[in-house]
Amino acid sequence: MDFLTLLQVLDSTIRLATPLLLTCLAGLFSERAGIFDIGLEGKMLAAAFFSAAMAFMTGSVWLGLLAGIAASMALSALHGLASITFRGNQLISGVAINFLASGLTVLIAQAWFHQGGRTPSLIGGARFEQITLPFALGPMDAEAAGLPLSKLIAQAGPLQQIYSEVISGQTILVYFALLCVPATSWLLYRTRFGLRLRAVGENPAAVDTAGVSVVGIRFAAVAICGVLCGLAGAYLATALQAGFVREMSAGRGYIALAALIFAKWRPWYALGATLLFGLLQAVALRFQSIDIAGIPVPVQFMDALPYILTVVILAGFVGKAIPPRAGGEPYVKER
Amino acid sequence: MQKMPQWADVILVPLISLILAGALSALVILAIGESPYEAVKIMVQGAFGTTNGWGYTLYYATSFIFTGLAVAVAFHAAMFNIGGEGQAMIGGLGAALVCLFVPFPHWTFALLGGFGAAMLFGAAWAFIPAYLQAKRGSHIVITTIMFNFIAAAVLNYLLVNVLRPTGGMDPATAKFPEPTHLPTLHDMLLPLGIQFSKSAPANVSLIMALLACVFVWLLIWRTRLGYEIRALGHSESGAIYAGISAPKVAIISMLISGALAGGMAINNVMGEAERLVMNSVEGAGFIGIAVALMGRNHPFGVLLAAILFGFLYQGGAELALWTSIPSELIVVIQALVILFTGALDNMVRMPLERLFLSLRRTEP
Repeated sequence: MDFLTLLQVLDSTIRLATPLLLTCLAGLFSERAGIFDIGLEGKMLAAAFFSAAMAFMTGSVWLGLLAGIAASMALSALHGLASITFRGNQLISGVAINFLASGLTVLIAQAWFHQGGRTPSLIGGARFEQITLPFALGPMDAEAAGLPLSKLIAQAGPLQQIYSEVISGQTILVYFALLCVPATSWLLYRTRFGLRLRAVGENPAAVDTAGVSVVGIRFAAVAICGVLCGLAGAYLATALQAGFVREMSAGRGYIALAALIFAKWRPWYALGATLLFGLLQAVALRFQSIDIAGIPVPVQFMDALPYILTVVILAGFVGKAIPPRAGGEPYVKER
Repeated sequence: MQKMPQWADVILVPLISLILAGALSALVILAIGESPYEAVKIMVQGAFGTTNGWGYTLYYATSFIFTGLAVAVAFHAAMFNIGGEGQAMIGGLGAALVCLFVPFPHWTFALLGGFGAAMLFGAAWAFIPAYLQAKRGSHIVITTIMFNFIAAAVLNYLLVNVLRPTGGMDPATAKFPEPTHLPTLHDMLLPLGIQFSKSAPANVSLIMALLACVFVWLLIWRTRLGYEIRALGHSESGAIYAGISAPKVAIISMLISGALAGGMAINNVMGEAERLVMNSVEGAGFIGIAVALMGRNHPFGVLLAAILFGFLYQGGAELALWTSIPSELIVVIQALVILFTGALDNMVRMPLERLFLSLRRTEP
């Protein structure tokens, strides 16, 4: 494997890790506040469809993004209603949301577009453009030189290759997702809201005693989760791919859930975990089988590796993943 | 003090949830520009109008009984086995291996052998998550979800690289030999003089599913183990105080759950496809969740709920055939049933409890 191939794999690692990272941070907010969320997958899928549908109908990717966030937040509100207001089982609610999104997206897509449960392909302003950072080689330079971009990058020096291939040329949501990591860390560990959010996930009775609304904080956390899942879904349909196809989230919500456990519910670890799982996806996508020390590793093993790693972590053989203590428990105020 | 009479808890609450789910589904059908009345007519005609329709309805119901019972048994021990899908996949692998490599003389032996292998494989697949939950404290829901994906990868690898016959194009095993083919309802009802559709896939597994219902009822309410499972489900600390080994009972109940989920392979793998294909389970493991919730974890309730979902699946397929409504409508109905009977249970229950309490106050 030469240097340029490695860079291309890293480039697609970042592109594939972005939806995982956004969803993982979404789950982090929710679960740190004590609300388990298996419905990440469904929210992402609903957001992917509504962002693609809106972007297609209006021609504006930003309106699409808003529609995606709105759809995801509507499902979040449902999850909040079931698990906070009516103190239902959070896991069952999440399962229901996943099925709801999986069925409704295809149903509505078929009713609106009659293309077998997908949206028409998005072009131009209905998609997020790749951004060329300053001093990086982009499509403009390629046009000026009269060469395809890949050739132009191949001729450049190694530093410029890294900069142009991996760091530059991503969509704005990728940079935004990366910014979300320090922002989440700051919000959780450096603000009053973050302290209360974490406390609600560990010991809601103590927060209640302090005169802070447990229900309010939990709803806020679930809402933030909705926004981030919405961004992830919109990224899938309007940046990573051009339009919605059925089941396009393809288990990413569950991988994000796995990454969240792998990261032990911490923001910076979440970045590491999602990049690792993104790398696994990128490698599985690019190579059909890989030889490691002469032993062929089947591509199915690469697909299953995130889940296997998560089970190993959960088993507590390699470090221990301790979830928020009040996770999954509805809070009943004492009278 | 019970807040409302038992009949209300067992019948009224699920019924209202079902009506809510049905009403919302009707709104969905209206919203996509079709008539709910026509849709229900096509579904009922398609599922119950002919013996062929019955055959498909009962075929689906058979699978859902197994997965519904699997989820119900785990629920009794206060565990949420979301891994029925993976356990059924691996159970299918067990049944396929036995059918392919053991020379059975007659279908009765094949049925028992295949059932045993499927249950063994399903239970084995449930064992690791169960062990990790009981001994290492990792959450069963997360591990069983992970094991669903791992099962899909394992099956994909085996079907593509190992079990596929030479020259086979699709990822599937060879056709099982003739003696392992199970009799369909057509074959079974013909000696009784009843003409049943020949092409419908319902088969002898239906009887095994009914037997499984009886077995689960006996297990949960008539044995010591069942008592321990229910005790653990009600209160873990109470069960431990009563001298029950919580990890042991938790693991055993998950093994039974996995075995039941795996056991459905006799229906879809041996009874219908007669070979192992990639997507043989077709989401039945997840439908088990809705079936168990709907049936209030009681075998008889599971049976009724499984027939209801069998009707929805067969009716939904007919709907997709005759109208422009895609079969994904069933997934939406399934989601609404899970939502109302599972997650929003209190939304239905709280007003009912208040109603019954106020009725009781005025009585004496």
